[in-house]
Amino acid sequence: MDRDATSDVNAPHSMGTTIIGVTYNGGVILGADSRTSTGLYVANRASDKITQLTDNVYICRSGSAADSQIVSDYVRYFLHQHTIQLGQPATVKVAANLVRLLAYNNKNSLQTGIIVGGWDKYEGGKIYGIPLGGTIVEQPFAIGGSGSSYLYGFFDQAWKDGMTREEAEQLVVKAVSLAIARDGASGGVVRTVTINSEGVTRNFYPGDTLPLWHDEVEAHGSLLDILNASNPEPMST
Amino acid sequence: MSSIGTGYDLSVTTFSPDGRVFQIEYAAKAVDNSGTVVGIKCKDGIVIGVEKLIASKMMLPGSNRRIHSVHRHSGMGVAGLAADGRQIVARAKSEAHNYESTYGEPIPIKELADRVASYVHLCTLYWWLRPFGSGVILGGYDRDGPQLYMVEPSGVSYRYFGAAIGKGRQAAKTEIEKLKLSELTCRQGVIEVAKIIYGVHDEAKDKTFELEMSWVCDESNRLHQKVPEALLEEAKAAARAALEEMDAD
Repeated sequence: MDRDATSDVNAPHSMGTTIIGVTYNGGVILGADSRTSTGLYVANRASDKITQLTDNVYICRSGSAADSQIVSDYVRYFLHQHTIQLGQPATVKVAANLVRLLAYNNKNSLQTGIIVGGWDKYEGGKIYGIPLGGTIVEQPFAIGGSGSSYLYGFFDQAWKDGMTREEAEQLVVKAVSLAIARDGASGGVVRTVTINSEGVTRNFYPGDTLPLWHDEVEAHGSLLDILNASNPEPMST
Repeated sequence: MSSIGTGYDLSVTTFSPDGRVFQIEYAAKAVDNSGTVVGIKCKDGIVIGVEKLIASKMMLPGSNRRIHSVHRHSGMGVAGLAADGRQIVARAKSEAHNYESTYGEPIPIKELADRVASYVHLCTLYWWLRPFGSGVILGGYDRDGPQLYMVEPSGVSYRYFGAAIGKGRQAAKTEIEKLKLSELTCRQGVIEVAKIIYGVHDEAKDKTFELEMSWVCDESNRLHQKVPEALLEEAKAAARAALEEMDAD
């Protein structure tokens, strides 16, 4: 009763998650929520699911936190050696392939869905989706994690090729916030990472800056704030 | 620079007092005495040509190939001991295949050259192995453009605009240096290579030869392949004509 998966704080950490990767005119933007849960308990409400592999390649991790971390550690190590051998930055395709090999060859032990995104001088901005099982698919945009179920229809309607950076960023933030609204396993803040020829930029959108969707209620600060206001009527809003 | 290395040349793991490894130098002699192999980098690709000395009239033309494809985008011309050369090609093919299986993209030519060179060098480090008695000219076309490398029996590998190994290498190098490679297309390069090989062939000393040529360029869709029949014949005809002109002087 007290030891089932819903309330056992020693249960494996899973990132319910919403992760997104989109290409735009000049690079890619990766976005994710920040909730890591163990059953119903939110173990980390501000996690960073967008992990660096090299200067120009990042990944979004979903599924088992442990599995996705170990995969990203291995691939970072292999990419590092590859970069030294080649004498130049690794391409996004190579990074994605290394992730895919690990995911496919260990499919019976791993439970992680990964989105690889980055920029290289040969192909520009690229996104690769590597879901459970280890397929690799190069896509103009990719979505993953439990929250992504609620985004398929949204992207069908809202996605356009060749967006500007601002358009793409707004699309990503809107999509993650929509998924957070409906998926209990996604929540917290929205983090984005933009990668292009000029480099990498991280952005952070706190939960209270996100738009509210149908039926969502405004966040309040402490109830003490109401007392300081001119009309301290409880429950007046 | 010939010299006898008496006493210090019995093993590849022995240095001479002046810092030379004679076994490796002897291996290079095997390459120097073989038919000429020429490679050039034109503005849109690579051309490789071989002076294939024919040992017997009984041999079928087109057999005993000296140029091999390593991967879709690259090929090697081999000089020296044929069997040794075959092993180098086999290793190169294996490296190219493994790289693509692991990294999901065709092996960069620079990386391929490094791996072949490392392998050839490896076989100069142990007393129970002998150095390869062959050198190769490796040409390929990857995302960084066309590239030409040469690997010697010592394991040394450099990138070249034009390279030649074998009997007629000195004369061939002189001829290559006269070419304006950055302005030549591979079509033109094929003709030039044929002329060079016909030019350096020594009628008096050597038996007859067969000209073998390959290219990898924009026109071949960046695939390594034998030079098409028609162009090959055109090149041979031009080469023979150029020879007659020289004789006529």
